[in-house]
Amino acid sequence: MERVIVAMQDPDMGVKMRNQRLLITVIPHAMTGNDVIEWLIQKYNITEEEARHLGGLLVQYGYIYPLRDPRSLLLRSDDSPYRFQTPYFWTSSRWPASELDYAIYLAKKNIRKQGELVDYEKENYSILHKRINHTWDFVVMQAREQLRASKQRRKADRIVLECQEQAYWLINKPCVNMPLYYHYTTTIQLRYYYYTTIIHRRALGRNRVKSSICLESFMKYSEQYLHHDPIMSGCLPSNPWISDDTAHWTINTDMVGTPTRLRVERWSFSFMELLNDSMGRREFMIYLEKEFSAENLCFWVACEDLRHGESSKIILKVEEVYKNFLAPGAARWVNIDSKTMERTLEGIKRPHRFIMDDAQMHIYFLMKKDSYPRYLKSELYKNMLAKAIVPQETKKSVFPFMRRQRHSSPSPAMVTQATEDDGKAKGAGPTGTSSTTNSQI
Amino acid sequence: MCDQTFLAITFGPCDSCSENRPLMNLYIKTEPINYCSLCMEIMACQGLASGETLKSLKAESETLRKKLEEERKKLHDVELEKVAEKAEALGELNMKTRRTLKGHGNKVLCMDWCKDKRRIVSSSQDGKVIVWDAFTTNKEHAVTMPTTWVMACAYAPSGCAIACGGLDNKCSVYPLSLDKDENLAAKKKSVAMHTNYLSGCTFTNSDMQILTSSGDGTSALWDVESGQLLQSFHGHSADVLTLDLAPSETGNTFVSGGSDKKANVWDLRSGQNVQSFDTHDSDINCVKYYPSGDAFASASDDSTCRLFDLRADREVSIYSKDSIMFGAASVDFSLSGRLLFAGYNDYTINVWDVLKGTRVAILFGHENRVSSLRVSPDGTAFCSGSWDNTLRIWA
Repeated sequence: MERVIVAMQDPDMGVKMRNQRLLITVIPHAMTGNDVIEWLIQKYNITEEEARHLGGLLVQYGYIYPLRDPRSLLLRSDDSPYRFQTPYFWTSSRWPASELDYAIYLAKKNIRKQGELVDYEKENYSILHKRINHTWDFVVMQAREQLRASKQRRKADRIVLECQEQAYWLINKPCVNMPLYYHYTTTIQLRYYYYTTIIHRRALGRNRVKSSICLESFMKYSEQYLHHDPIMSGCLPSNPWISDDTAHWTINTDMVGTPTRLRVERWSFSFMELLNDSMGRREFMIYLEKEFSAENLCFWVACEDLRHGESSKIILKVEEVYKNFLAPGAARWVNIDSKTMERTLEGIKRPHRFIMDDAQMHIYFLMKKDSYPRYLKSELYKNMLAKAIVPQETKKSVFPFMRRQRHSSPSPAMVTQATEDDGKAKGAGPTGTSSTTNSQI
Repeated sequence: MCDQTFLAITFGPCDSCSENRPLMNLYIKTEPINYCSLCMEIMACQGLASGETLKSLKAESETLRKKLEEERKKLHDVELEKVAEKAEALGELNMKTRRTLKGHGNKVLCMDWCKDKRRIVSSSQDGKVIVWDAFTTNKEHAVTMPTTWVMACAYAPSGCAIACGGLDNKCSVYPLSLDKDENLAAKKKSVAMHTNYLSGCTFTNSDMQILTSSGDGTSALWDVESGQLLQSFHGHSADVLTLDLAPSETGNTFVSGGSDKKANVWDLRSGQNVQSFDTHDSDINCVKYYPSGDAFASASDDSTCRLFDLRADREVSIYSKDSIMFGAASVDFSLSGRLLFAGYNDYTINVWDVLKGTRVAILFGHENRVSSLRVSPDGTAFCSGSWDNTLRIWA
């Protein structure tokens, strides 16, 4: 919209301007409504109706204001004079119009022409007076100063300014009925700065790691996983989305007989990788049983179940864990240091979801530092690695445009239901763990 | 000729807070000075206790922030580009649309993969939530929500339920029944209740808990069974638009990004804001963790994507180009973390080399904004949902 206005005001190509007489004083640079509409028609090649519509919008948004009847925001296609609003008062540059400004404007008007405020203006004035009473001195002072400064200008300019201001406030008067706008903003601000101060202070106390170390770790990670990333290095036998062959998924299912080499290699990247893969977890469990330290893994699984399970079963689960793993003489007693044990036993009196966190962390790191490295060096793992298959890359089909039939797979929801039924039929599963939360896919 | 103005300049630096704002004249001892509207209001209340406290608090916050910047700089001894010089250059990336999922009647706003690597749930503006088998492009389930603009949807880790929400301020969980005739909407369970729209939701490690983010500026952790609020996270000063759960060993944190240009890291247990990053210039539309959990990437309306390192506590890389002028709506990493896929509002998807910071490829195909993008759980493909009512699988 503003581009149109600027074009209009071009001295050569813009709307014709004349001096207009309004009462006694002459107002410079005014134009008639008719001129505006004609110019719009000519410049944009539009119909009169459209020009009138566009002109009307310009008035409603405050870019042009009428001189003779300022309260009616219409563009009349006759001799009625109009002027352009100064960019200072454009809606886009002075947003948002604040209550304080409006109060100053009304105060000025009041001082200047005692009792000449229109009804709704009088109303707004008294509402504002009540609401921002604490700043009223400021408001009155500013109004007086602005009037004084304007007295030093030429009369014509003064009238122009008054017209501009009046037009601006006609359009942009803020909704005075909104509750306590000013106080609202200060409280919000106070809270915000108070909060950020706390955050910054906390951040200053953090331990930071050197950039070089952090960035090196990204390099290492990317390199390590490069061959496991199907988008970067392709996947064997083929990417199912490209070849329509689901072999890649079938050979990587949870309970497949022989895992792929890549999968077994991944178990050696980090302890979490081993635990996240259900087959890896199973293998690790077999290894630990040989070492007579399987209770550690069982304990860890039970704690995970507690952390992520239903809220209603928390108390029950905590009791189970205590009975099986922590009570003196328990069947699968785990070896935690005395301090952690003490703290945990204390906490069990008031059980909640995270009560086992300390103990779980202790056992996790115990397995990670001790059992895990030994597992990777064990015969069990090495055999697994040797047995693992490296699938052949599918030969590109002779007729590349022939699409293979795409078969649907059983929905995970169906699979879970089936195993749940099975579980119920078989009775109690392995002690200490509940199998429903294990991923079935 | 336009009216001259005798009043001050319209826009520029405020004399009090030095920020670029629309200005007004303020008369102090008959001298006109330029203040922005906020400082004007503070000035008007001088003498009032709150005005003074506000000023001093603001100053203190500024000094602390500068100190923090200095501390962070001290440990920054090398740039990512330098370190990445010895990485191998990437070959040409040849990705094409392999599947197009058509069926939504309106803009697709969000999507999520199932752990079985082939199923997808997607939600759209007209209130429909559809579960697809993306491999065969068959629709398996469809639910019509009672609200429009379903901006968040998630698949449960077990594959037995989906969660979705949007303008209804709630997050609802639908168990996926196998009986084709059964009305899924009948089994709906309302879990989360916010006071503004739901912008993101995700299940934590099990089907029993949901993490949500909302336009009311908070994120919250809910228990699915009882619908109880377990923990809430306050700290954003504007709408929270996105969140992501950490894949790290201890799995206790998540990151959220909002309209206040900040990305905050939270501790799930205590509800505390552990870290905060505010280098973006505009709303953060999407955050995603790096596969190792030590960093996260963010996509913003300022048309850049950035990588933030959690241990170094700073931004380490910016992915931007002069020719990209539109905001980025969604990001995700490839499995190895070497590639970053980002969907933009100019209908394209840009693929960035995370380490070297350069753009590897640009993918065309969508006919409107790309609103969401996720890589499949095994990294074989990624799916993008767009305002052109379709989803595309790229591989």
